[in-house]
Amino acid sequence: MPETFRLALAVAGKDIRAELRSRTALLSAIVFAALVLVVFNFARDPTALAVVDLAPSVLWVTFALAAMLALNRAFTIERENAAIDGLLLAPLPRGALFAGKLLANLAFVCTVEAITLPLFVLFFNVDLSGSWPGIVGVTLLATIGFVAVGTIFSAMAVRTRFAELMLPVLLLPFMVPPLIGAVQVTSRLLAGRPLSEMLGWLRLLALYDVVFVTLCAMAFSAVVDE
Amino acid sequence: MTAGRAIVRRGFTLIALAFAGLAGVYILVLGYTPIEARQGLAQKIFYLHVPAAWCSLMAFSLVGIASALYLWLHEPRLDRFAAASAEVGVAFSAVMLTTGPIWAKPIWGTWWTWDARLTLTLFLFFLFIGYLALRAAVHEPSERARFSAVVGILGMLLVPFIHLSVYLFRTLHPQPIVLKPSAPSLPPEMLRTLLISMAVFTLLYLGLVTTRYGIALKEEAKEEAADAS
Amino acid sequence: MPSCDGTPSGAAPPLLAARGLSRSFGRRRVLHDIHLTLEPGEALAVAGPNGAGKSTLLRLLAGLMRPSAGEVQVMGRPVRGEEGKARRVIGLLSHQSLLYDDLTLLENLTFAARLYGIARPREAAMAALEQAGLAARAEELPRRLSRGLLQRAAIARTRLHSPRLLLLDEPFTALDAASAERLRSELRDSLEAGLGVVLVTHHLAEVWGVATRIAVLVEGRWVWEEPRPGELDEFVSRYRGLVGA
Repeated sequence: MPETFRLALAVAGKDIRAELRSRTALLSAIVFAALVLVVFNFARDPTALAVVDLAPSVLWVTFALAAMLALNRAFTIERENAAIDGLLLAPLPRGALFAGKLLANLAFVCTVEAITLPLFVLFFNVDLSGSWPGIVGVTLLATIGFVAVGTIFSAMAVRTRFAELMLPVLLLPFMVPPLIGAVQVTSRLLAGRPLSEMLGWLRLLALYDVVFVTLCAMAFSAVVDE
Repeated sequence: MTAGRAIVRRGFTLIALAFAGLAGVYILVLGYTPIEARQGLAQKIFYLHVPAAWCSLMAFSLVGIASALYLWLHEPRLDRFAAASAEVGVAFSAVMLTTGPIWAKPIWGTWWTWDARLTLTLFLFFLFIGYLALRAAVHEPSERARFSAVVGILGMLLVPFIHLSVYLFRTLHPQPIVLKPSAPSLPPEMLRTLLISMAVFTLLYLGLVTTRYGIALKEEAKEEAADAS
Repeated sequence: MPSCDGTPSGAAPPLLAARGLSRSFGRRRVLHDIHLTLEPGEALAVAGPNGAGKSTLLRLLAGLMRPSAGEVQVMGRPVRGEEGKARRVIGLLSHQSLLYDDLTLLENLTFAARLYGIARPREAAMAALEQAGLAARAEELPRRLSRGLLQRAAIARTRLHSPRLLLLDEPFTALDAASAERLRSELRDSLEAGLGVVLVTHHLAEVWGVATRIAVLVEGRWVWEEPRPGELDEFVSRYRGLVGA
């Protein structure tokens, strides 16, 4: 077990190191998120709807779209020079490979989210004092779920001709439960509602994470092994 | 070539039977079942709607089960069946999703409601589309089978989560009361007709899947002959 | 039907053994019932026309592809199974470098060392680079290297975990004469050290000087196999006759 964990960390570390050197995917995703926020701002009528009603949806749609941009990176780099063969030849359990890619993807998506959130506070004048630990928590909880499914789907998508289209088409239905849960919890957090009102959604998010991380780890071998 | 042709013929027979059954259901619906008090005559589309939604759910569940079995057994027939079921399922859900709004507008005044049945069918539709799009994009047969199987299994497990999300959403955001006499306390004529309709639709599903499976067999045989020459 | 067996060395299982190996892509069969064994110190060159199934065979031997029928065993253990533990003794060298363009040579090899559970990965990586004469380039990115140097780096990566079996897929592609000779000499040294080598090539002259056995694969079947004959010209004309080139 610790061996699997060590290998997963090695894979994740390699991905993160490679991305930090080129930074292209990360920067593109961050810029994209900022642009989406700007567009949302101009696309709404400030007199018609209060920011607080719209804010959670805007935030989470932005997170979801930016995440999808970042997800294909993980397996595109393995296609260069057939590096994936090096990974698959080694005695590397496929679950460890999945965990490593998942951790790296989480690092990227959470970095994008961490930069997007202050921008969001800035552009939309939202007051996060007191609610921000909860928001960070629910962000992490929801992100784990759709990044897990996104990781396995991007492993498939990069082997098709139109990976950038294939991934959203496959992934968006799977993003809906985490998104709904995240938006519901975020809006309650912003409104200062008690925890009891969010428990159902939080349980949904946690269950989704457990089920899909496990399932994707088990199914990963069927995707990467010929 | 002949194996495929025989299966297609069997499929056509089942479809013909199903259409005969549908005609019978049509008569039952118009003549036998009572008119529902609050929604009137247009409520009767319920006898087509519910079975169509049920068939798309069944189609997808079978895609999921066949996918799981394929990953275990690597039997190409399971993959062929899953693909056929997905194509038939997307057709059923598309029909349900287009007739739904056409009926809903005069009755409820809106094109769409986010009620459980419509929402679930919408998601099934998107899952089917994703499944079929992936199949179209992967050309190597064993890779295509593996990938579709993974999507099929994950999709099958998504369905309960969609259901749960819609349920949680509705208990917190009560929708305008929509009358769907789907509770067990249906008058016997309605219940009987509904069950007959479900059986006929299931027969139609079987006929369509069998036909599609047979066509797939014929296509593969044709490709093999082309490769060999 | 020709089997492709080496000379066994005592009671130990062969270094590499494949029995009844078949592979189909959909309905198209690419390999038909292939048998093969390899013993330490042997270098088997697999030649044949394009589309014969040579690369598929190599991937099956490496455990990178699942056979439609049959099994591959390395030192008596299945190459696919037990989470790939049997693959620890395999080194793969392809015409692709298997290196990451965004990592330096040292980082690439350190990662490979970690994958194989080598203690003190960074030192092992540095030692491998020194042995390959690439110590000065340790901090360079793969895209800055010439093809010959890149191949050297790929070899260093392949040998990092001291494999017993080397699988090479057209490794001489686009190599200049000096680099190719260097590779051949390294392979001869490996053979003397008791490694086994399987080389896929469609250019027989490349493997002359390394191969101890030559087998020809045509349309997924062995058509001919024997220890290396003496004369290149005679061999090449027989080969051409078989392959119809």
